[in-house]
Amino acid sequence: MTQPHPWMANAVQETKDEMMAALGVSSVEELFHQIPADHLTQRPFDLPRQLASETELSRHLEDLLAKNENAADNLCFLGAGAWPHYVPSICDEIAGRYEWQTSVFGSPTSDHGRNQAWFEFTSQIGALVEMDFVGLPVYSWGCAIGHGVRMAARMTGRSRVLVPAVMDPERLAVLRTYCGPSEMERHLDIVEVAVGADGLIDREDLATKLDDTVAALYFETPSYHGVIESDPAGLCQAARAVGAEAIAGVDPISLGVLEAPGAYGATMAVGPTQPLGVHMNCGGGVGGFIASPDEERYAREYPTLNISIAETIKEGEYGFGLTLFHQSSYGMRDEGKDWTGNSVYLWAVANAAYMAAMGPEGFREIGELILARSHRAASAIDALPGCSVDLERPFFKEFVVRFDRARVADVNAALRAQGIFGGKDISGEPGIDGQAALFCVTEVHTDADIDRLVAALKEAL
Amino acid sequence: MLGLIVNPMAGLGGPAGLNGSDGADILARALARGARPGSVPRAIRAMRAFAGACPILTGPGSLGADAIADGATVEVVAMTVADDASDTRRLAEAMKGRVGLILFAGGDGTARDIAGVVGEEVPILGIPAGVKMHSAIFARNPESAGRGAAEFLKTDRARTQRAEVLDIDEAARREGRLSTSLYGVVRTPDAAQVLQGAKAGGGGGLGELDAALGIYVAGMEPDTLYLLGPGTTMAALKARLSGHEGSLLGVDVARGGEIVAANASERDLVALLEGAPRARIALSVVGGQGFLLGRGNQQISPRVLRKVGLKNIDVFCASEKLARLSPAVLSVDTGDSRLDAELAGYRPVMTGANKSQVVRIAA
Amino acid sequence: MNAPIKTRSKARFEGYHAARWAEPVVMEMCCEGRRGAMFPPAGTDVRLPAGAMRKKAPQLPQMTEHDVLRHYLHLSQMTLGMMGVSLFGTCTMKYNPRIGEKVVAGKNLAEVHPLQHPDTLQGIMEIYANFSDILCELSGMDQFVFQAGGGADAAYTHACLTRAYHASRGELEQRDQIITTIQTHPCSPATANTAGFEVITLSLEENGYPSLEQLKSVVGPRTAALMVNNPDDMGIYNPDIKEWVRIVHEAGGLCFYDHANFNGVMTRLRARELGFDACMYMLHKTFGAPKGGGGPAVGAYGCSKELEPFLPSPLVKREGDRFVLDEDRPLSVGKIREFWGNAPQVVKAYAWALAMGAEGLREAADISVLANNYMDKRLGEVKGVTRSNPGIDAWRMEMTRHSLETVTRDTGCTVVDISNRMTDFGIDALWLSHEPWLVAEPFTPEAGELWSKEDIDYWIDVMEHVIHEAYADPDMVKTAPHKGAIHQLKGASLEDPERWATTWRAHRRKNLGV
Repeated sequence: MTQPHPWMANAVQETKDEMMAALGVSSVEELFHQIPADHLTQRPFDLPRQLASETELSRHLEDLLAKNENAADNLCFLGAGAWPHYVPSICDEIAGRYEWQTSVFGSPTSDHGRNQAWFEFTSQIGALVEMDFVGLPVYSWGCAIGHGVRMAARMTGRSRVLVPAVMDPERLAVLRTYCGPSEMERHLDIVEVAVGADGLIDREDLATKLDDTVAALYFETPSYHGVIESDPAGLCQAARAVGAEAIAGVDPISLGVLEAPGAYGATMAVGPTQPLGVHMNCGGGVGGFIASPDEERYAREYPTLNISIAETIKEGEYGFGLTLFHQSSYGMRDEGKDWTGNSVYLWAVANAAYMAAMGPEGFREIGELILARSHRAASAIDALPGCSVDLERPFFKEFVVRFDRARVADVNAALRAQGIFGGKDISGEPGIDGQAALFCVTEVHTDADIDRLVAALKEAL
Repeated sequence: MLGLIVNPMAGLGGPAGLNGSDGADILARALARGARPGSVPRAIRAMRAFAGACPILTGPGSLGADAIADGATVEVVAMTVADDASDTRRLAEAMKGRVGLILFAGGDGTARDIAGVVGEEVPILGIPAGVKMHSAIFARNPESAGRGAAEFLKTDRARTQRAEVLDIDEAARREGRLSTSLYGVVRTPDAAQVLQGAKAGGGGGLGELDAALGIYVAGMEPDTLYLLGPGTTMAALKARLSGHEGSLLGVDVARGGEIVAANASERDLVALLEGAPRARIALSVVGGQGFLLGRGNQQISPRVLRKVGLKNIDVFCASEKLARLSPAVLSVDTGDSRLDAELAGYRPVMTGANKSQVVRIAA
Repeated sequence: MNAPIKTRSKARFEGYHAARWAEPVVMEMCCEGRRGAMFPPAGTDVRLPAGAMRKKAPQLPQMTEHDVLRHYLHLSQMTLGMMGVSLFGTCTMKYNPRIGEKVVAGKNLAEVHPLQHPDTLQGIMEIYANFSDILCELSGMDQFVFQAGGGADAAYTHACLTRAYHASRGELEQRDQIITTIQTHPCSPATANTAGFEVITLSLEENGYPSLEQLKSVVGPRTAALMVNNPDDMGIYNPDIKEWVRIVHEAGGLCFYDHANFNGVMTRLRARELGFDACMYMLHKTFGAPKGGGGPAVGAYGCSKELEPFLPSPLVKREGDRFVLDEDRPLSVGKIREFWGNAPQVVKAYAWALAMGAEGLREAADISVLANNYMDKRLGEVKGVTRSNPGIDAWRMEMTRHSLETVTRDTGCTVVDISNRMTDFGIDALWLSHEPWLVAEPFTPEAGELWSKEDIDYWIDVMEHVIHEAYADPDMVKTAPHKGAIHQLKGASLEDPERWATTWRAHRRKNLGV
């Protein structure tokens, strides 16, 4: 290399020479003598030309990304696991700080601020779901469900998990991975419970499947199709009655208007964190949370890192340290823990700032706004000839649009030509006969946006 | 109240090259070679860290009182000093029922003396001051012993864990043979940071191993005879079985989920094996020396081993305990060198549920 | 009495003090009626089923936008991160170039939905394909996938692939064991176990790694896979690794190379050329994406042509000038995580790799190994510091594990005490060791290519100073930090079920009694 690289201080030859002199070697090659000669590669590396100048690099990256279309210049009605919500400016400024971007493990004192922000994430999630124990976030909602049912299996010593037959295929695929194939001795069985025409879990089918071999009943409200469960307390009660865990999957953005899982008797709550101040990032914004009562039975099963408030040696001062860092075997559990590692902790900081800015009023307002806007859109779409929305179902944010004749793929192509990303094509998925799309309407969609969508749909049909 | 016992003779043998200081003649030789008691200064360091957290019950002079700074609330046990191990034992006796914790300055020999008197009745914690400290009850250093004791006594909720008291037969050691035995079990504060070798935040006790034991018990074949070795790990396994109460220091025999013989002798084992179609031996590693066979479990003799079959031996040991062996080598000394050679090689040791670690067995 | 400070670092030594804002927990920042966000009125009122409606408002903070901003910026200022010197071993502390942040913050990535029509995602797909090509060139593998949300998730990906591969051959029931070594990152055994395998761990022997005989003693018809790293965290390279791979392959198992410690060997060897079927790079370590205190991260997982059908879906594939998302893959393990990975991190890592180029990567490997051995040499001259594998007379790779056992024995100050005191001089907490600790009172620094020789010298000077201090004034060390954002934490309550509190709700109930 002719010029020292701007990101490598010791690329300066004099510095290298100083270090080599201290070691008494004349070439860096000598230091690699542990690697046998026949391990060293003989084929040179054919990589793209070095772009050490930021000017060149920036241009290259921007040119590539400009080939994307985005949800800011277009109207985006896609949800299903990543949702277009507004990200307050302060969230970006806060999450962009170099201090916590570069923090790695640290200690309760050296990275005190980060630890406190983590505790404020778990505390505010706890307030939203009304549960006392919250772990640091996991990779995604699907991963949270996976860990949640595995916790339930360890706690109950049972290996069957009930889930609604209509579930986001993306999340279900992740859950299947976590439960393992049937060839594995320790796999968990996923049993699907029918979902009725009203979009809710079929109580009769549930009754035939829910027994004392079930580790957990997992349900979502709002569901994959956006349907609000009218009697979550009844579901939880039924699960608890057979000694199973009642795991509620909830969208935290709904919790200003929808009841908290802790209040209706869920024993665990899981959900996504992306709606709370994180951009969609092409799916790279997802994260998940796990919450439960603060009882040892649950606490000792958490695979996550867990942050606790604790006193310092100075009277009256608090800090934050990891608790249950080494989850040891407990009671009759005959299985090891899952794992933890890097997760989405920087997003937890953005989530914390988001929730603090929102407060109780913000959550109520955004919940009501999303309800109002999504219902307005649904009603207007339902009024169009050639498509329908079941307006009898109570729903939040997302709803299913059924098309009588048109193919969703064609409709969406026509919408795209108008700068609109239509709903996710769910034709052929469980619970769907014929052509249907899942539309998502949030606080970012104005009345004018909805009118534009309706007009474009009308034209497309 | 805290009980403080100082063994003023502890640690004398080490610097004098005598491999421990048990036995009066050894002590005399050590003093003659110029050894000075190191346990009193170490006890002083511990008590400084203890900082008079609560009243103290101790022995006269170098048995404890010398280590306590002015101003602390002290009660000194009235006793005549014999200058031998009986001092430790009598002091421990006087503390029973009166103190919440015995802090002692000494080594394995001192621990053994105290354990013999208080058993699991009173928790004990060691200020490291001996030559041999294989028992899992010694603090990392005098200061952490003192601080740990203060922390422990501060609340009545403090947890304890069971710990093995080990000692090496010093006569054998001086003759060049190494022989660790398990002398008993005591309770010690469950504060990972206090204990030697324990890691910050690490869960004490059995940890992951407990789940492995659970799986093992669940998978026991009904027609197989199980010979279960001594030690706390095996005691936890025995506690999962019905029938006779399992022994801590002996070899027990189980069949069909229950213990059919406790504290079996070699002859008992041979007799039981006569009528058994199949048998397995379950062992754990006792002490810091990494002995698998031939130390504390001599009942499992070459005859017994051959009868059971060398393939039918299951070994359990926490990975933390294996980590302290460097390199990870376990020893066998069955008394039959041909058998030892057959046992040598690599063998998986169960360290947790569905987890094992391979270690080398050296004859 | 303090030990003398080397004059060259004097100003740095004395100047540092962490910000100390004494921020209340945000839950206490609650003034009825204040707000930090506002939305237009809903207009219409949507009726909800009674059983679904929230009855009690969530107990959240009530504060202005400005106060939220200040609160979290104060907290960021009380986070040391890499603002001082951080030689946190095994994590390969790198510069996180701001250009990456700037690019991914733009609407062409931040405001992109993963389920958009592929025609609208050509830019990010091209980056995925280009970067997969770069990693394939570095590793010799045939395809990379970025779905895993971290290194451990990539290890999990491998465990899942192992299941799918053996299941496809009808051998999964028979092959239920995964072999690893005690010096491999704990995520390998943990994920293998979660995936349902029995884990066999090999012990280190006299050479610093497990012998071939030890490996052979456990390889057999039950072997599903080998999961190892190399070099290990002590800086020892296993020269038998090719033979290991051959033995495991012969028995029918797969071989996975955890390239957590890639920095010292990059551009010198290729995992595939050593025989491995699959490998993993952590983009938030080796490839310069930020760690974020623990993600969002990416474990880039690459494998051979033979294993490609089993990779999680979707795969980004090149078709002429276009890029497609390939979801029609019947043998695929399915999904490890929703969507196709932490795209912003992939872009940042891609940017880093481009900026380095082949020559930059070679230079970085050279510098990191040179700097580590330089550190080693200087640390060896510090009283009380010893090196792991003292009997092995070899230059180490990009990091070395050391021990402060002597210091602890002499002074009672543990490696944690020393680490706490070093933060008083702006040094981030030390990386000690994965568990179990094979070395007493361990610490594992890694200089990498980022930090200047002055930074490295300063780091060593601080450690030397603190060790001297431990001998002269152990209390000063044990009660550290003294210049931190807060004082030392009392750890006891963290493991006490009656006192730990992971939420403010729990804290109020258990510790404040309200």
